Amino acid sequence: MTLLYSEVEDELRAAVRGLLADRCPPAAVLKRIESDPHDLDLWKTLAGEIGVAGLLIPEELGGAGASASEVAVVLEELGRAVAPVPFFTSSVLATQALLPTGDALLGELAEGRKTAALAVSFAASPYRPQRGSSVRIEDGRLSGTVTGVAGADVADVLLVPVDGDLYAAEGAAVEVVPSLDLTRPVATVTFEGTEARRVGACDLAGVLRSGVALLASEQLGVAEWCLDTTLAYVKERHQFARPVGSFQAIKHRLADLWLDVVRARAAARNAVADPSPLSVAVAQSWNAAVAVHAAEEALQLHGGIGMTWEHPVHLYLKRAKSAEIALGTPGDHREALASLAGVPGPE
Amino acid sequence: MNEAEIKERVAAFLAEHDPSGDRLEFLRARFDAGLAWVWFPEGLGGLGVARELQQVVERELAGTPQINTGVQGIGLGMAAPTILAFGTEEQKRRFLRPLWTGEEIWCQLFSEPGAGSDLATLATRAVRDSDEWVVDGQKVWTSGAHHSRWGILVTRTDPDVPKHRGMTYFVCDMHAPGVEVRPLRQITGEAEFNEVFLTGVRLSDDLRLGEVGDGWRVAQTTLMNERVAIGGAPVRRGGGMVGPVLDAWHAHPELRTHDLHQRLLALWVEAEVTRLSGARLREQLVAGQPGPEGSGMKLSFAKLNQALSGFEVEFERDLGYDDWTFRRSEDVDFYGRGPGYRYLRAKGNSIEGGTSEILRNIIAERVLGLPSEPRVDKDVPWKDLPR
Repeated sequence: MTLLYSEVEDELRAAVRGLLADRCPPAAVLKRIESDPHDLDLWKTLAGEIGVAGLLIPEELGGAGASASEVAVVLEELGRAVAPVPFFTSSVLATQALLPTGDALLGELAEGRKTAALAVSFAASPYRPQRGSSVRIEDGRLSGTVTGVAGADVADVLLVPVDGDLYAAEGAAVEVVPSLDLTRPVATVTFEGTEARRVGACDLAGVLRSGVALLASEQLGVAEWCLDTTLAYVKERHQFARPVGSFQAIKHRLADLWLDVVRARAAARNAVADPSPLSVAVAQSWNAAVAVHAAEEALQLHGGIGMTWEHPVHLYLKRAKSAEIALGTPGDHREALASLAGVPGPE
Repeated sequence: MNEAEIKERVAAFLAEHDPSGDRLEFLRARFDAGLAWVWFPEGLGGLGVARELQQVVERELAGTPQINTGVQGIGLGMAAPTILAFGTEEQKRRFLRPLWTGEEIWCQLFSEPGAGSDLATLATRAVRDSDEWVVDGQKVWTSGAHHSRWGILVTRTDPDVPKHRGMTYFVCDMHAPGVEVRPLRQITGEAEFNEVFLTGVRLSDDLRLGEVGDGWRVAQTTLMNERVAIGGAPVRRGGGMVGPVLDAWHAHPELRTHDLHQRLLALWVEAEVTRLSGARLREQLVAGQPGPEGSGMKLSFAKLNQALSGFEVEFERDLGYDDWTFRRSEDVDFYGRGPGYRYLRAKGNSIEGGTSEILRNIIAERVLGLPSEPRVDKDVPWKDLPR
């Protein structure tokens, strides 16, 4: 077990970062968000040329047979760019639900020819996996709604967990609702006797936990961008005849933030190296809060410009705050630690 | 040298030296066999091999007589690396062996009443008198001076140049006439620190470490070694200051409240991610790619130790204190005493060895590349500085 990055991961990071720098700078994301946030051209290149969509899928099923730690590196980069692509929802969450079934759909997902979404609320958690869902199955037909589903609007297939089984459905009503995170829209999914195919068993809590482990790396990427961008700004911006970043009041806040990010990196790496419920809960309760704090500090230290629509810092704040809630809040994960870490509450 | 080879070395050493015999003789022999600090050069207690092999040596020699890392802390962590980097061959041979075996204890004579965070303003004078130096001044916060044989000492030798340039570094003979050690009683009730008064102390020139006027650079080596407190990161989950807090928590279910539970869980998470950072840092060092993370470890531990020890006092609802008797401590023993002591002593964690404010400045400037604040003391001779 290592907490460091391997050479292969460094190369993968360089490839993804290079592409995102070209095709997905913050200005481009800003431009898209009000019309159609998802950049499916970019997604095609990421999936087809770099092969990120099939990272978790074994080679015999058409994927790259990589490990969670490579996926984590991709997520760090996508977080840094708040890239509006369905990697986390399709290639991580939906793919992990599908993997134990060995279903042929995995091959299509691996190539990026199809995109899937797990029809589970982003506000559900490994501790309350059913939150936000009222879906039932009867005679092979689904009915009910799921609120707050991420990635559903661009998904070709919805994977619906019901009572320990996973179903694939294509004809549901997907209604996008305004979401706090402009770069990762959520939708209400409604099934009204929708025909569904059972693909296999589903340990939904386990799938969500694997997602949580990896979401910590996306949050690390968000925090890193906020720290780097703020550092660059306070070195440039002058007030009182000197760079704002030379004031001790600012330097100390950034030093503390850096230390939080350093620890978030260790926590994220640990969650992929050892995805035990305890490591995952630690990573998520720490990293979710660090990403939000980093974005809030970034906004404050940019002064008035941080409050404008033109500056991308709001995209990061919105992503960070939404991801803090997604798949369990820091408080939910800390509560789980009471038994996982042996810190029992009052009797 | 690899792990198997070093194990063979240790086995050969143990075949020749009985750990149940005389403790000091055993430690001396261990030093001479190069098994004291394996990354030091041969002949100086080491084998000139990779530092991580020390862990193997420690494992193999567990259960044999050990050095006292508490009372020897300053010698091991600060004096030794400085002597190794700047000492002459004679100095290295004279000082390192008794330093490691603990026959000679070391203290550090840096801070002064007027020079703490701004250490380079120090005023203790050293004036040359043929092949001796005459030292006059006062030092403060000197841990363990009362049982030290030697001190590492920074002095002012040239008041006419800017403050960083006119300093010279010495090894101070704590038994020399004119050295007076007075206990400094601290908030815990005990006196681990001292004031040290130096009056006409004569030090021969062969006790000088580094060149005349190069004292700041030598002192930087000492301070860097002090702050890269990697050893401070608990290796075990639940280790360090969180340990006694969890013990108390388990022992007293009747004292638990929902508020304390929430706070403890948050502190537990912070302790765990800090421990993981330490683990990652150690991996980087082994892979030969030291990251800047080390700069932050002391800062994180100071904050955590203070929060956890304060939590423990509050949790136990004990208005008492274990013992206010004035005493001269051998070393800092956090865990041998009660939560009240831990709480009070941990207040020093954010001051000693560089205040948290200074460490944040260092991170901001050296790691994050932020500009320094305007300086009013630059290029001003030390004697002309306002004070």
